[in-house]
Amino acid sequence: MRLEGFEHIPSGCAISGIFSKAGNRFNGEDIIKSIAVMHDRSNGLGGGFAAYGIYPQYKDFYAFHIFYDSVTAKEETENYINSMYEVVSMEKIPTRKVKAITDEPIIWRYFVKPMAVIEAEKQLDEDEFVVRSVMYVNSEIDGAYIFSSGKNMGVFKAVGFPEDVGVYYKLEDYEAYCWTAHGRYPTNTPGWWGGAHPFAMLDNSVVHNGEISSYDANRRYIEMFGYKCSLLTDTEAITYIIDYLVRKQGLTHEEAAQVIAAPFWETIDSKEPEEREKLTYLRNSFASLLVTGPFSILLGFTGGLMALNDRLKLRSMVIGEKQDKVYIASEEDSIRIIEPNLERVYSPKGGEAVIVRLNEGVEV
Amino acid sequence: MPIDFLYPNYEVVRDQSRCITCRVCERQCANNVHHLDKELNTMFSDESKCVNCHRCVSLCPTRALKIVKTDHTFKENANWTGEAIADVYRQAGTGGVLLASMGNPKPYPIYWDKMLINASQVTNPSIDPLREPMETKTFLGQKPSKIERDENGKLITKYKTPQLELSVPIMFSAMSYGSISYNAHESLARAASELKTFYNTGEGGLHKDFYRYGKNTIVQVASGRFGVHKGFLESCAAIEIKIGQGAKPGIGGHLPGTKIVGDISKTRMIPVGTDAISPAPHHDIYSIEDLRQLVFSLKEATEYKKPVIVKIAAVHNVAAIASGIARSGADIIAIDGYRGGTGAAPTRIRDNVGIPIELALASVDKRLRDEGIRGNVSVVIGGSIRNSADIVKAIALGADAVYIGTSALLALGCHLCRSCQSGKCNWGIATQRPELVRRLNPEIGYKRLVNLVTAWEHEIKEMMGGMGINSIEALRGNRLMLRGIGLNEKELSILGIKHAGE
Amino acid sequence: MKRIYVNEKWCLGCHLCEYYCAFANSGKDDMVKALKNITINPRIRIEEHNNISFAVSCRHCEEPLCVKSCISGALSVNDGIISINQDKCVGCFTCVLACPYGCVMPNDDGVMQKCELCTKNAGGQPYCVQGCPNKAIVFEER
Repeated sequence: MRLEGFEHIPSGCAISGIFSKAGNRFNGEDIIKSIAVMHDRSNGLGGGFAAYGIYPQYKDFYAFHIFYDSVTAKEETENYINSMYEVVSMEKIPTRKVKAITDEPIIWRYFVKPMAVIEAEKQLDEDEFVVRSVMYVNSEIDGAYIFSSGKNMGVFKAVGFPEDVGVYYKLEDYEAYCWTAHGRYPTNTPGWWGGAHPFAMLDNSVVHNGEISSYDANRRYIEMFGYKCSLLTDTEAITYIIDYLVRKQGLTHEEAAQVIAAPFWETIDSKEPEEREKLTYLRNSFASLLVTGPFSILLGFTGGLMALNDRLKLRSMVIGEKQDKVYIASEEDSIRIIEPNLERVYSPKGGEAVIVRLNEGVEV
Repeated sequence: MPIDFLYPNYEVVRDQSRCITCRVCERQCANNVHHLDKELNTMFSDESKCVNCHRCVSLCPTRALKIVKTDHTFKENANWTGEAIADVYRQAGTGGVLLASMGNPKPYPIYWDKMLINASQVTNPSIDPLREPMETKTFLGQKPSKIERDENGKLITKYKTPQLELSVPIMFSAMSYGSISYNAHESLARAASELKTFYNTGEGGLHKDFYRYGKNTIVQVASGRFGVHKGFLESCAAIEIKIGQGAKPGIGGHLPGTKIVGDISKTRMIPVGTDAISPAPHHDIYSIEDLRQLVFSLKEATEYKKPVIVKIAAVHNVAAIASGIARSGADIIAIDGYRGGTGAAPTRIRDNVGIPIELALASVDKRLRDEGIRGNVSVVIGGSIRNSADIVKAIALGADAVYIGTSALLALGCHLCRSCQSGKCNWGIATQRPELVRRLNPEIGYKRLVNLVTAWEHEIKEMMGGMGINSIEALRGNRLMLRGIGLNEKELSILGIKHAGE
Repeated sequence: MKRIYVNEKWCLGCHLCEYYCAFANSGKDDMVKALKNITINPRIRIEEHNNISFAVSCRHCEEPLCVKSCISGALSVNDGIISINQDKCVGCFTCVLACPYGCVMPNDDGVMQKCELCTKNAGGQPYCVQGCPNKAIVFEER
């Protein structure tokens, strides 16, 4: 069978997320409990987590999490990183042996900062510089794969059920104000560690449940702007779309959601003139970034979490709230298991973005 | 000379036991094929005059008539076919260029028929267009490459470049008043207006009666500049610069003086009876930078309110040409494939010049994306779109919308006899004879056009729903929704699709 | 009331209306059987001169002169439709003289005939309208 990257891979899934608006940090036990409830929505071919606020001591440095298939790949990658970045710290990511998790690659993390000289030479801003080098390593260095590259955040993923993956990575040792999790049910893959989710680019991480029917239209459009969809998964395309709209075009997350899950024309036409003009502008200008087909996504970013469903709400997604905590999951039971006494439970409408951010003044 | 005698290709078969000698065949044939022998009270036919347009067949109330291919034959020869031999006789007899009309009829591959469309099963639900919204609205025009905000950070939502809004991605392609009749034009204009899409005047100006359909009109500026004036440019929704036409890439046009009568002479702004000759190139465009100047002259003239379309024929180097056009300031590129129709073209050119629209579209779309300029222009294609599935495939390959010409004429009654150049169209379409023009009642014609496009829209929505796509923009360029069948590696790679089963 | 109207702008002079009329009123179920080798005597007629042609049939006048002039009571108005009872007609031709449009004419048996909007035959809808290829004859409320 062919790996991710050779053909478009549809998959169903489970997603879950927990966010503290007060910026309180908590360890990974709850999120593991939550995603474990939806065991049947995964098939053991991929699980993973994203955590925000876990590296406060290195918060000004990009944290690269890298899978290596071989020592040679590691050497080659480290030579490359050393030539472009100042590396303030590097280590093997701590794991523990779990029976169900096998075929482990070599997993390391690096805290880095682009070398000022090189950055200036390339006339790129810092983020763009990082994006390009991540793309370079992932496509050019055989056996190396950078799966996390944001600041003060990290992705932890593997082939296996998500609850096993959480134990494997010792997530009880990390404290984050925002956790997202993913259990994967790919219909066509041998299971490769890099192919598990979340998919991340800089500090954006996406977990996604669904199969988008607009995939190739989105992919072929986004690739015009220097992105290379090498995994051929929906999640990768959605991550790049968000990166393009928010980082490169400068849209707000709300506006980006109005592109990705644009309201129907009928709805747009029923709005007040100013709003109508704006929605029409966004939908028409970025027509090829409209995502159709069933999806529910959780987008983690520094200081916030966005939940979004497709326009027809063809995938389930429930939101629960209790004090400063917001819980979002594919199924309500996986929220109740960690917080039975919710103050509010609701399902957002199709196409309606729910964005939670840290309360004003909260520093992380 | 007896060697000039050619046995007719088609024979008129009359079932005398059914014929009631009502003479409708005789009255309706502008080619005088049928006549009544009063002595015998029997209808006779002279098939040598028959163009096989089926007017008599369609109107015969007792179905007494049919047209069959003759079995008269030369000695079988796979190389020197009857047609090849007959063409030599004709040209040896006349010394003239062979003329033909409508699209290339030769048995070249039809790539539409070698592509199959996807549908959802299990992993992704199909969508029922009767129960859920299914959107076909399309905007044509340049898209902003970067958003802008005002000093308060509010998104500026006013377009610098005009956008054409289509309720379905189907427009009627350029057919001039002169090459087709007043009634045909009226039918197209009214249908476009009812369907909230656009029809195209072709090169020949716009009859004053039709200015009221301006909102749904694309006016054409071609190498002869016939009928172009300020009011004409201002009347419309968009302006099309015609560089070439799929049926006859590289050559101009010639509407004979006999057709320049009455209103046609007025509309084209040339004297009655003079030949209307469109030069092969625009004599102010000898290179790409000249095109840019014409694009901007037209924009200046219309205060940047109208999108400018540049229409080219699909030729070998189409991708590079399209890339040049995309950087010329044009808002829309229209590409016409080698099967596109015409009112008259030299047969050899129609049948041998140009390339299939499917391949041209695939390579243009890819090239524009490779260069990151796909957003600079919309791509409209034409040249034998025969049904809604062709449209779905075209959009999945990367087109924003399609132009239909031949299918629109078929809806109006054309039976593809390919004799437009004779000016004796029995269906009242490609003719200027009042008694023939009258045969096309626009009241019937426009409804048939509306029906056709509505029916196709329904089918497009059904196919989109099947794929789990509920908006046409998510289909555009979505080549994973296509698979090739019976195509070789090279064809698949040009089309950018996988083979069925992959 | 729905009546037959003609529009000479769209009339092609193809005469099909006459043949459809003759067939509809022939009582036969096959056009060939009905019209083969006969000279038709339809109730609608094409008038033509040079390039102008149009069909003429009974207008179903609101104040019909034919009905007023009928000496035997064969012509009457029923729900606006002027119909003829051929059993009562004595063939005096007064109606023919009275009709300003020339829409009443003798049939092959010496009594009068006229358009009755296909209400008495198998047509249901006026057959000439259905047979007109260019909507030059329409059946509508005005």
